[in-house]
Amino acid sequence: MAEPTITLNVTRYRPGQDQAPTTQAYAVPYKEDWVVLDALNHIKDQMDGTLSYRWSCRMGVCGSCGMMVNGTPKLTCAAFLRDYYPHEIRVEPLANFPIIRDLVIDMSDFLEKLKSVKPWIIRKEEKPVVQGEYLQTPAQLEAFHQFTQCINCMLCYAACPVYGLEPKFLGPAAIALGYRYNMDSRDQGKEQRAIIGNHDGIWDCTFVGECSVVCPKDVDPAAAIQRSKVDMTKNWFQSILMPWGQR
Amino acid sequence: MSVTRPEKSKLYYRKMPATWWLQKQSYFLFMLREFSSLFIALFLLVYLVEIYQLTKGPDAYAAFIHKLSSPGWIFFHVVVLLFALYHSFTWFQSSAVVLPVRLGEHLVPRQTVTALHIVAWAVISLVVLILFLTLKG
Amino acid sequence: MTMEKTTEPIWWGLFSAGGVVAAFLVPIHIILVGFALPLGWISDSGALYRIWWVKLYLFILIVLPLYHWGHRHYFTLNHMGLKPISKLLAVLCYGGAIFGTVVTVWVLLKI
Repeated sequence: MAEPTITLNVTRYRPGQDQAPTTQAYAVPYKEDWVVLDALNHIKDQMDGTLSYRWSCRMGVCGSCGMMVNGTPKLTCAAFLRDYYPHEIRVEPLANFPIIRDLVIDMSDFLEKLKSVKPWIIRKEEKPVVQGEYLQTPAQLEAFHQFTQCINCMLCYAACPVYGLEPKFLGPAAIALGYRYNMDSRDQGKEQRAIIGNHDGIWDCTFVGECSVVCPKDVDPAAAIQRSKVDMTKNWFQSILMPWGQR
Repeated sequence: MSVTRPEKSKLYYRKMPATWWLQKQSYFLFMLREFSSLFIALFLLVYLVEIYQLTKGPDAYAAFIHKLSSPGWIFFHVVVLLFALYHSFTWFQSSAVVLPVRLGEHLVPRQTVTALHIVAWAVISLVVLILFLTLKG
Repeated sequence: MTMEKTTEPIWWGLFSAGGVVAAFLVPIHIILVGFALPLGWISDSGALYRIWWVKLYLFILIVLPLYHWGHRHYFTLNHMGLKPISKLLAVLCYGGAIFGTVVTVWVLLKI
């Protein structure tokens, strides 16, 4: 009795050799508890060692294994074969990023954008260690906690059509990260994160909302962006109508 | 530690087609939502033209109202109403995301906030209707 | 305040206000104008439009959603492949809303 198999149609691209990406079909064993990442590992270990892709923890915390599975950005360690069987599965590199090789994309733009929002506590004056810790109530923590859960998997950038159309867009994860620090009661650096309020920051976003739909950690970057718009608009009108009341 | 950057010349850039919004249901629904604003604006222009008829006398106003009873215009308003309702519903959903509502310790669930918006919309619509019936000549 | 000199908040503010007005008020007006009056469920002489605060209400009802449309449509058209004529789109969309504002005021003052 033949073991059931499932076919993965995987993007291949060899830099310097291929003009454009192609698709290669692999028939892998179908196991009920396997995820797409297991299938890719099987391909690499048993069938075709030349396949390149990123992965690490295989349990949804490292953010390495993001790819397009049937056109949807997913962590391949969280995409179960049984949800697609017996149909074929299309595995492509994460959308909106340039392809380096096979399923590996160039994330340097993403990393630059994360850096640009200054994702660290900024103080007007550092609090000396002898004065003790920063105290934070549960309510103060709740104000920003969900936005700390980002694992930098870039699924949101792959889901965002604005980022696909406008590469200069700061993007969901970077803005959510900036919002996380702006909402942290310990932080005093909102003015230094002005890049968020620039033209390619929050204002490029048209609230498609797909970023929050695909986020595996429920960070809800779309909420962070829209709340930032309300915040900035309030501040902007305040600074115009009441320029004397500057904090 | 030196970082090896990918050779830019060998990267493959996939271009996003102008028909990107036709490729996924969620993108298509998003586009419908965006286009609802156009239909709302068109309706308001029709309304403005109707009000403008008053400068030409009460007969012109009545004639315009009669014009809107043609099947073509009824169809237009059915389409416009569907888009307007879609705008309202998606706007109320968005409002729940943008403005979190806290009742003491607890966060009110988004679906509840949306539902409350819909109730408010029904009440406001009723108020407008009553005002119109009261004030009209 | 070290924010870049962007005027986005004005347009986004108008877009938001227009969105709220459109969401809460437009459907009932479509029912009145598009169905109730033409199909004879209700009769109306138009006299109420001459009341000053009704004119004010109409101004808000008609004008704010125009800015909602202009802002939204500008982005939509840009994202549908018309980015090369972005500046023209801005003139057509935001200019259209401003033109609509002027026409609305003119009509309301004339009736």
